[in-house]
Amino acid sequence: MSRAATTSSRTNRTAVRRRYSLSSVLYPLFALLYLLCAHSAHAARIGDISETSLSTQALRFFTFQDPSVRYALLGSMLLGISCGLLGSFLVVRKMALVGDALSHAVLPGVALGFLWNMSKDPVAIFIGATLAGLLGAGAVHLIKQTTRLKEDTALGLVLASFFAVGICMVTMIQRLPTGNKSGIDKFLFGQAAAIGAADVQLMGVVTGLAVVVIAVFYKEFLVTSFDAGFARAVGLPVQAFHYGLMLLLAFAVVIALQAVGVVLVSAMLITPAAAAYLLTDRMHRMLLLAALFGMAAGALGAFLSFLGNNLPTGPFMVLAATTVFAAAFLFGPRHGVLARWWRQRSRAARIQRENTLKAIYHVLEARNFQGEGVSLRELAERRRETEEEIQAQAAALARHELATLPGEADALFLTPAGWQTACAIVRNHRLWELYLTHTAQIAADHVHEDAEKIEHVLGEDVVRELERRLNYATKDPHGKVIPAVPVTLESKPEATPGYGRG
Amino acid sequence: MADAPPLEIHDLTVAYHKKPVLWGVDLVVPPGKLVGIVGPNGAGKSTLIKAAMGLLPVSSGWVKVFGEPVAKNLRRVGYVPQRESVDWDFPVSVMDVVLMGRYGKLGLLKRPTKADHDTARECLDKVKMLPYANRQISNLSGGQQQRVFLARALAQESDLYLMDEPFSGVDAATESAIIALLHELRADGKTLLVVHHDLPTARNYFDMLLLLNMRVVAFGPTEEVFNYETLQKTYGGRLTILSEVAEAVRVKG
Repeated sequence: MSRAATTSSRTNRTAVRRRYSLSSVLYPLFALLYLLCAHSAHAARIGDISETSLSTQALRFFTFQDPSVRYALLGSMLLGISCGLLGSFLVVRKMALVGDALSHAVLPGVALGFLWNMSKDPVAIFIGATLAGLLGAGAVHLIKQTTRLKEDTALGLVLASFFAVGICMVTMIQRLPTGNKSGIDKFLFGQAAAIGAADVQLMGVVTGLAVVVIAVFYKEFLVTSFDAGFARAVGLPVQAFHYGLMLLLAFAVVIALQAVGVVLVSAMLITPAAAAYLLTDRMHRMLLLAALFGMAAGALGAFLSFLGNNLPTGPFMVLAATTVFAAAFLFGPRHGVLARWWRQRSRAARIQRENTLKAIYHVLEARNFQGEGVSLRELAERRRETEEEIQAQAAALARHELATLPGEADALFLTPAGWQTACAIVRNHRLWELYLTHTAQIAADHVHEDAEKIEHVLGEDVVRELERRLNYATKDPHGKVIPAVPVTLESKPEATPGYGRG
Repeated sequence: MADAPPLEIHDLTVAYHKKPVLWGVDLVVPPGKLVGIVGPNGAGKSTLIKAAMGLLPVSSGWVKVFGEPVAKNLRRVGYVPQRESVDWDFPVSVMDVVLMGRYGKLGLLKRPTKADHDTARECLDKVKMLPYANRQISNLSGGQQQRVFLARALAQESDLYLMDEPFSGVDAATESAIIALLHELRADGKTLLVVHHDLPTARNYFDMLLLLNMRVVAFGPTEEVFNYETLQKTYGGRLTILSEVAEAVRVKG
């Protein structure tokens, strides 16, 4: 029963992970698609920009003389920080879709806030959008509670219907006489250049609030995210923290809307946090990294958008964040693809070396350890390989100082370290065979294949235990001597790299 | 109130989606006992633990811990949830998890102090997991994960412990280590309720047994309760009438 439960929770987990990695793949696609469309739409304008104006633009950006540049950059960095921090909690709570639904659900509220006094008043829009977001969250909760539908379906329903309402309202506003200059269309794909002084103030307040709340209630957010049942058992108001987090999340989405756009804002929540998740396994470090990545992505997005004469900012920010994610995915020191590939490769190389050493031992054993050198031809015959393959293996042994290959002599001589490793591998192999035949009652002709794999992974403490259990036997099931491993002072740990590791 | 029993449950009924899973449970657990809760799958063992902790809404009845409603006395209750109830890929270290056991005593706004860290270290040492303190929890075996949960409950420094399947999916060495620890806690005067799913060992491990199958079949000292008749009542027969009524209530509701 428990095993079944573990497996199912594990598949659940992978499914969840797939879900948010899917969205981090989906959004860049979206962003790219939009860029392509935007390219054709603004082709004439982009063509007008000569190379000198690119550098002038860059200069204008980096001198920060233009106040609108300062606001855009500052605002983008602030929203990156708040999105990264709150997105981290979404990712570890497996609620990535909630961020997606929330960000789409706020659009009707943005439109309502605009209609309040027909202007882009940050506070009115903030209030409208937050209310719409909370209404959306409430609708999800209601559907979940009153029907048999599960959360993902409820989220999908709410996301689409709220977004549809929002699009209708935005289109309506744009048709109004004053509407077409309102800049409300910027809320769809984002425009950092539209950020004004009042916006930056609001963003500062919200980001400051998020930082303070998370810092003050860090331990509560940690335990309620990790184990809500236990958190309630120690008397914490778990629901209050959940709703507090949702409210902060709604705030973060709303302040990010103008610069990132409704469509892509959830990517700013998820992508920096997902990248951070791949790079660390402590929550506080994940929060710091995610905030940093979000900030960098925001700044880069604002810069690139400015450089391209105010192209939509959202796609650039998301692409910048995705670049960070891709880098973490590929080059992450522990979980990265490259690191894993390298570990596998070096492990395979070690096993190859150990097998060569074992073959040398076998050749020496066959002639009762008379003479020290083993010719490459003997070895090739033994391992049933070509001379070239054996030469490569001999070179590998020489590189790791396990054997020497003196100049013209066509033979390999084991170093003390090489001899020690060879003995260890043969001992592991024969001990394991003996263990299987003795303790697990497996026939002697069935154990060789298994021992071929196990010999490379047996740790020293397991070997001790096996020896003890087998009463320090000296012969394996086939009657061959189990070698003792000589201890040489100059080469102990290096000789057995990676022992005891999987 | 000094003489109030560690755990008193009166006429407790719990329902999931209006379908009752526990019926009219009455229970008075005497202090200093190691009590095993056994019963078939779906008997409501975990439900009883969760309801006793106040983690589930109850349809009727009440739970008192040392004479007070459980919500007021949570600090005197330690809790070990099922191991499968959390995501073991969560970015926390073993130490972080054990420190969570101190959060109830710390209260809001306070950070774990040096003393809390020391307590957590001691608790980890008791379950022989101190060397793993700085590991991420995903790098642990099932038995090690279970020990971390136990250490976290120890860090709560409670008088009553409720444990949901602490022996599930653990190796033999961990199982005997856990049982030794439970005996040690009992010797310190703690009261322990442990959900257990293995009948043969239940007989040897516990002072008292609660045989549960949607209702209390029997509760008493192990040697009195562990007999063919009560076990037959607990496991044999599907309790058809109760099941049918439960289904009828659900459909109507």
